[in-house]
Amino acid sequence: MSNTNQWDAVDAQSRAVLPDAIMHYITECRARPHAESRLIAVLHKVQQHFGYLAPEHLDAVAQLLQIPTAKVTGVATFYHFFHLEPRGKFVINVCMGTACYVKGADRIAERLKEELGIDFGETTKDGLFTLDATRCLGTCGLAPVIMIGDQVHGEVTPDQIPNLLEQTLRSLRSS
Amino acid sequence: MNEQNTVTLLIDEVSVQVPAGTTIMEAAETLGITIPRLCYHPDLSLQGSCRVCLVEVQDIPFYVTACSASVTEGMAVRTNSPEIRQARRDIVELLLDNHPRECQTCERDGHCELQRLAYTLGVRERLFEGERKCFAVEDSSSAVVRDSEKCILCGRCVRVCDEIQGVHNLSQQHRGDLTVVTPAHGAKMDDSVCIQCGQCINVCPTASLLEKSHTDKVWQALADPAKHVVVQTAPSIRAAIGEGFGLAPGTPATGRMVTALRRLGFDAIFDTDLGADLTIVEEAHEFLRRLQTGPLPMLTSCSPGWISFMEKFYPELIPHASTCRSPMSMTSALIKSYYAETSQHRPEEIYSVAVMPCVAKKYEAQRPEHYLTPDLPMTDAVLTTRELIWMIQSYGIDFAALPDSAFDAPLGIATGAGDIFGTTGGVMEATLRTAAEYLTGNPVQRLEYTEVRAVEGLREADIAIGDQTVTVGVANGLINAKTLLDRVIRGERQYHIIEIMACPGGCIGGGGQPYPPRGFHILDPALLAQRASALYQSDAARSLRRSHENPAVQALYDAFLGEPGSEKSHALLHTSYAAKLPKGIR
Repeated sequence: MSNTNQWDAVDAQSRAVLPDAIMHYITECRARPHAESRLIAVLHKVQQHFGYLAPEHLDAVAQLLQIPTAKVTGVATFYHFFHLEPRGKFVINVCMGTACYVKGADRIAERLKEELGIDFGETTKDGLFTLDATRCLGTCGLAPVIMIGDQVHGEVTPDQIPNLLEQTLRSLRSS
Repeated sequence: MNEQNTVTLLIDEVSVQVPAGTTIMEAAETLGITIPRLCYHPDLSLQGSCRVCLVEVQDIPFYVTACSASVTEGMAVRTNSPEIRQARRDIVELLLDNHPRECQTCERDGHCELQRLAYTLGVRERLFEGERKCFAVEDSSSAVVRDSEKCILCGRCVRVCDEIQGVHNLSQQHRGDLTVVTPAHGAKMDDSVCIQCGQCINVCPTASLLEKSHTDKVWQALADPAKHVVVQTAPSIRAAIGEGFGLAPGTPATGRMVTALRRLGFDAIFDTDLGADLTIVEEAHEFLRRLQTGPLPMLTSCSPGWISFMEKFYPELIPHASTCRSPMSMTSALIKSYYAETSQHRPEEIYSVAVMPCVAKKYEAQRPEHYLTPDLPMTDAVLTTRELIWMIQSYGIDFAALPDSAFDAPLGIATGAGDIFGTTGGVMEATLRTAAEYLTGNPVQRLEYTEVRAVEGLREADIAIGDQTVTVGVANGLINAKTLLDRVIRGERQYHIIEIMACPGGCIGGGGQPYPPRGFHILDPALLAQRASALYQSDAARSLRRSHENPAVQALYDAFLGEPGSEKSHALLHTSYAAKLPKGIR
């Protein structure tokens, strides 16, 4: 009887999915006791590299760390920080904290949804923008506030939105 | 009892002494008080998530969960204060608020723990009405159906899959009101590492997990005059079916079961015990061959849940698995070949039904290896014990009052060795009864090998047969099988033969067996012991107790198969296995 052990194939496939740096990290984790406790740290690294966690990434992490896949996807789907879909080049976060909300964050959000043609949690078809709502960013003095990538924009009005998006795209073209 | 290791406390103003470390729930049970519970299961780890078992403890400013809180000296517990009764009722009302209102049309009506709890706690109206969770039923699987709307997130299925079976297929995914129990990636059951054992169905308090029903197909076949409908019943059905009709657990009901099947309209009623005898004869021959040529240990192959487990978790051990089909598939193969010939039916007009204690048999029946031609399955439908009980009830048959009758020829004669297949260690014991004679070439007096009855889940023994010693291992519950198989892989011990049954206690604890009668919990060792004793009684009452002495088996070889291991028996009675994905993590 042949080909009864697919472990080599599964292992090779898992290794092919993840970059070397993460493979090294996983190997390090496995050399220490309680490797399973490093799951979240490994998922962070994978998301940092790919921008999100695809099913094949989760499968690879499960096989290489030898943690049941259902547990791995359970963790990945539990935490808001982990994203299971590809994210846009620019993530726009609309602050929905009290101060921003009072100052019209909902109208900003509506305008963004309209301009981008997407809802919260979604990404534009061209892969450029992801729209998210966020809790207080700690810059209430500038309310209402949105973040585009790591840039904070304060005292935003709905009419500024098209311009802000245009500027963002220009920065992409010039870089 | 040592004074220091004992704790004295008051439960509902009654003083009780229990060992330190006892939980409040266990202490109350010693007084005959059953505290309501939902997520708790004595064989599984504590979760404490359902909050139904809340009790009041004097000087503790909050209610505590009786399942997880240990007793302390001088503790004063109240299990039924008005406040506690109200809190429990509120909790269950909130669960019901997020639960479909379809008790009357639900498969578990009358057997549902949530329904029983709501009644017991006095929930008589639905005060909270709001948005409910909304999930599609996942019924693509050949065996296990998942309805997440009925799930109350007690986590028993997750724990049984992790802790008893070591499969780790289920987990809670997402969070908050979107939390849902699924395999990894929310995959369909058949695309996951699920081995279809059905233990999640057993422990589910509601109808969130159920077997794929075949009862409609069977009613249709029974009503179809063009079909010759044949049924076989597994060894362990006779030990459990009576529970569905109020008979005491452990009452063998073979004769009444056969009569009931006849009343339902089956044209011929055969005994899977015969398939079990045949399995033993084939397997014993295979074992003798493997003693010469290897590879050893030989692993038994009757349990389809175990076979799936091997294919997904231990594919490197496939060469060790006996190539014998399960007793069900052997019997089915003979029904559509030997019986078809002798009864002058075309195989296509025979509808072959198997009554099994097992959910995974539904999966086994549709595996391509168990088809005679690409369009002709050996087994057309598999009913669980629960499904057959329902059919008999639905027909209106008064089971308890039925007279006995006997299985039909030519596939209805069996030995006691076939009976004990239904309990852990039974296949091993039956194999030893036959192999002992084959190995020594002489009749062997010894019949009972009690040292292989693995009631605690895992057993090993050295059995002297003539001048040889055969080292055997027996495991039930796949977490125990893992322990044994890892020993094999690490080369820690050389076994000759290992019996593995996926379910706790073997088939008597199968995923398709009746929900427990009052006074027992699901997978209750006391209940399993009763069912096992029914099989041992049946075995002891037989004049023939060695498989190879079965005259029907001998006649089969003479008239049809040739000899054990012949080309014809290989084609009909043996099969093959293959590594399957996704690869399980063990």
